[in-house]
Amino acid sequence: MRLLMRLLQKRRNSNLQRRIVRMRQQKYPKPHTANQQEVSYVGSFISNTGSQQKEMLEKAGYANFDALFEGIPREVFLKDGVQIPSGLSELETCERMEEMAGKNTVFRHVFRGAGSYRHYIPAIVKSVTAKEDFLTAYTPYQAEISQGNLQSIFEFQTMICELTGLDVANASVYDGATAAAESIFMCKERRRTKAYVSAAVQPQVLAVMKTYCYGRDTELIVIPEKDGVTDLAALASMMDETSAACFYLQQPNYYGLLEDAEAAGRLVHEKGAKFIMGCNPIALAIMKTPAECGADVAVGEGQPLGLSMGFGGPYLGFMAASKEMMRKLPGRIVGETTDSEGKRGFVLTLQAREQHIRREKASSNICSNQALCALTASVYLSAMGPAGLADVAKLCTSKAHYLQNELKKAGLPPAHDRLFFHEFVTKCPVPAGTLTARLEEKGYLGGLPLSDNRILWCVTEMNTKTEMDALVQLVKEVASV
Amino acid sequence: MKLIFERSVPGRRCSILPPCDVPETDLGEFGRTRELHLPEVSENDISRHYTELAKETHGVNDGQYPLGSCTMKYNPKINEYTAFLPGFASVHPLQPERTVQGCLEVLHTAEKLFGEITGMDAMTFEPAAGAHGEFTGLLLIKAYHDHRGDTKRTKIIVPDSAHGTNPASAVMAGFTVVNIPSTEDGFVDLDALRAAVGEDTAGLMLTNPNTVGLFDKNILTITKIVHEAGGLNYYDGANLNAVMGVARPGDMGFDVVHLNLHKTFSTPHGGGGPGSGPVGCKAFLKEYLPGVSVLQTPSGYSFGPYADSIGSVKAFYGNFLVVVKALTYVLMLGHEGIREASRNAVLNANYIRTSLTGAYDMAYDETCMHEFVMSLEQEKNESLVSAMDVAKSLLDYGIHPPTMYFPLIVHEALMVEPTETESKETLDELIHAFLEIHEKAKNDPAYVQAAPHTTAVKRMDEVQAARNPRLRYVFA
Repeated sequence: MRLLMRLLQKRRNSNLQRRIVRMRQQKYPKPHTANQQEVSYVGSFISNTGSQQKEMLEKAGYANFDALFEGIPREVFLKDGVQIPSGLSELETCERMEEMAGKNTVFRHVFRGAGSYRHYIPAIVKSVTAKEDFLTAYTPYQAEISQGNLQSIFEFQTMICELTGLDVANASVYDGATAAAESIFMCKERRRTKAYVSAAVQPQVLAVMKTYCYGRDTELIVIPEKDGVTDLAALASMMDETSAACFYLQQPNYYGLLEDAEAAGRLVHEKGAKFIMGCNPIALAIMKTPAECGADVAVGEGQPLGLSMGFGGPYLGFMAASKEMMRKLPGRIVGETTDSEGKRGFVLTLQAREQHIRREKASSNICSNQALCALTASVYLSAMGPAGLADVAKLCTSKAHYLQNELKKAGLPPAHDRLFFHEFVTKCPVPAGTLTARLEEKGYLGGLPLSDNRILWCVTEMNTKTEMDALVQLVKEVASV
Repeated sequence: MKLIFERSVPGRRCSILPPCDVPETDLGEFGRTRELHLPEVSENDISRHYTELAKETHGVNDGQYPLGSCTMKYNPKINEYTAFLPGFASVHPLQPERTVQGCLEVLHTAEKLFGEITGMDAMTFEPAAGAHGEFTGLLLIKAYHDHRGDTKRTKIIVPDSAHGTNPASAVMAGFTVVNIPSTEDGFVDLDALRAAVGEDTAGLMLTNPNTVGLFDKNILTITKIVHEAGGLNYYDGANLNAVMGVARPGDMGFDVVHLNLHKTFSTPHGGGGPGSGPVGCKAFLKEYLPGVSVLQTPSGYSFGPYADSIGSVKAFYGNFLVVVKALTYVLMLGHEGIREASRNAVLNANYIRTSLTGAYDMAYDETCMHEFVMSLEQEKNESLVSAMDVAKSLLDYGIHPPTMYFPLIVHEALMVEPTETESKETLDELIHAFLEIHEKAKNDPAYVQAAPHTTAVKRMDEVQAARNPRLRYVFA
């Protein structure tokens, strides 16, 4: 049986190779002849047959397709189209894409996070988000035929408010990093223009903040870390009372550590600035809410809520704020109202903030958001419920603490002595890259090397004790050499 | 419809996770004290709830969607299949290069194909949507002038027919906006452009075909005027579906372009996202691109840095799985199909336009590209039936209305974009509906003004929603 499978596989591979060679050798196709041009029908998901196209051309008063494009200056008109390979059938396309996907390694054992997390995605999540109506709709401009979409966003906003403890949330933005960047500009005022950010944030988030600040000519000041957490004494001395707009703190921070957010919040408010928290939504199930920590704005990466790692996207940026800052929120917001007959319904609202109304005076340029990803998060949160989400969070933190302890015994001591959520840094006695490369050979995606002798590990509910013990055994073998 | 919270029963839950197999850790003083309200429902409840919501959501699968400027074409199902192959969906973005060769091949292949389609030399897939692409492209223009020490170039010229995102993006990128008027026939006013450019011009943002659906015949003159003044030309790719394989922004004198993969390249809109807005540029701007480049070497693909990168506009590599969908689509269409799509998009638009001419006033009475704009001004004056009323009437035919009140330069505008994937039969239905509504508007305007009549809910009180915002469910 196995032999047969291997034979089949081999045959398929050689077929594929032949096809690829053929594709490479193939010269770009000749342009259509004049006659074909009139009635060509190559199946670009076009419904009309060649004769229908001809009939329509005639009815509209055009001799041929070229007549439709007479308004295009001849200097830029392409007679022979663009030089890309000929189209493939669905079957061939499928094989081509499967072949590319097959060149990636899907690790069975993942101990890496650092901004992208592998969690269990309940089956119902994919089943709901695959529904074509949700998948193929546009932004719900026409409320009368978009109540399902609008209501799902209203529900999402409610769930984000519940997780963060804050009053209002928007319909989502591109990802956690852009949410963080946009949050800075919610807080900027005429005199308060400087933004402060902790050094212990995810590097990609900091990079995006920097780029957005370059755009709006905004000064971004990084507050150093000390022993893996934000140096609050440095924050107190560096933050300017008259020009500080906001301070951004990630909780848990990049190293997984729990920051003293309440103290940071008090300090920031004493300086008259706004306090922004970047949060992990799973951790929020069991952690003090941003509202309780005094945050004016809370943002975060929603990917852990039922979205695949997907090589980095699409993910989900969520944003919540206090009532006072409601009109500063960027992006779509859905509100409850009634229709002309008094029936409850939902609409896009507070649109006076947005680009299609305000143009250059808009609070942001955002138009598309991540609606389907927000729907994914809503279905995930419904499937987990309050108890289930707390279970995920508890499993993450318990298992992470277990692994930290076991790695310590195996010769990888923790880099910090503080409580953490589901990520932690260890020192590494051998070159970190050597250790992780060895683990990869055995099917384990180890922690992320932060330097030659430090590794950032992540554990979720997906990692079993058996698996962790096996990982530790492998680590022992490498680290003891 | 009930909210999911109104279906909630305390203690009800799904069975998803195993028990903990290690000693439990408590977060102590960091622990949550505030109660967490999330739905407490069974899987059956969830399934029925979202099925109900889906029924009240109009997608392209439910019927035609001639929403101008949004390119609501059919979304091939193969796109969904390939994007969810575990080899793409289950890959961590920080895996070592040698374990993600397939992902790099996707990015590299997509860069080559979309580069050829647009006439650009390099491309980044970081931007997550069209507006995000505009922001990125404008930062390239900013970085270009900055690196030359040309710091007085602070203005971006935008025609008054532009999408609202254009001026908003320019402001986010630190520019001030100079709006210039369009001519009566809908094109860029060359005299106004000549008067607007100068030593402070950073660049021009333009959509071509423009938002009234016309290809600007002066395009080469326009881009030349801006170049000669020392500015760069930005192409808003929202309307690329009209000219794929027919003309390329790169040949028209544009230096930077963004694409909307969720429009032109058939990855679905998802009810408002996720999209993908890759930005292409000419070689002289390449080193300013955000993120990392993908290089093809004899030993495989690898990431490489851009020398003067503007940084990063999104974590990791953009909406990667959306790029997988768009690549799938382009591989399928290929050389012939790309052009075939544009030709039929333009044919379908002109078929409707010519069929409605006479009954409705066309804002511009000439061959359009993939979309056209009609003006309901006369109807509004004569029978008080507005563009909104006609749009809402289409809902009773199961048709999604065109874009309303855009572009701003046409009064009582309805912008119709059928796309190439609609058949003659569905287009005829649309034409029939439009003509019937037009008759009704004359004979029974009150009926049209009260439309829609058959939808689950009627027109919404938007004023109440904005004045007294209720943005979340309040738990008892």
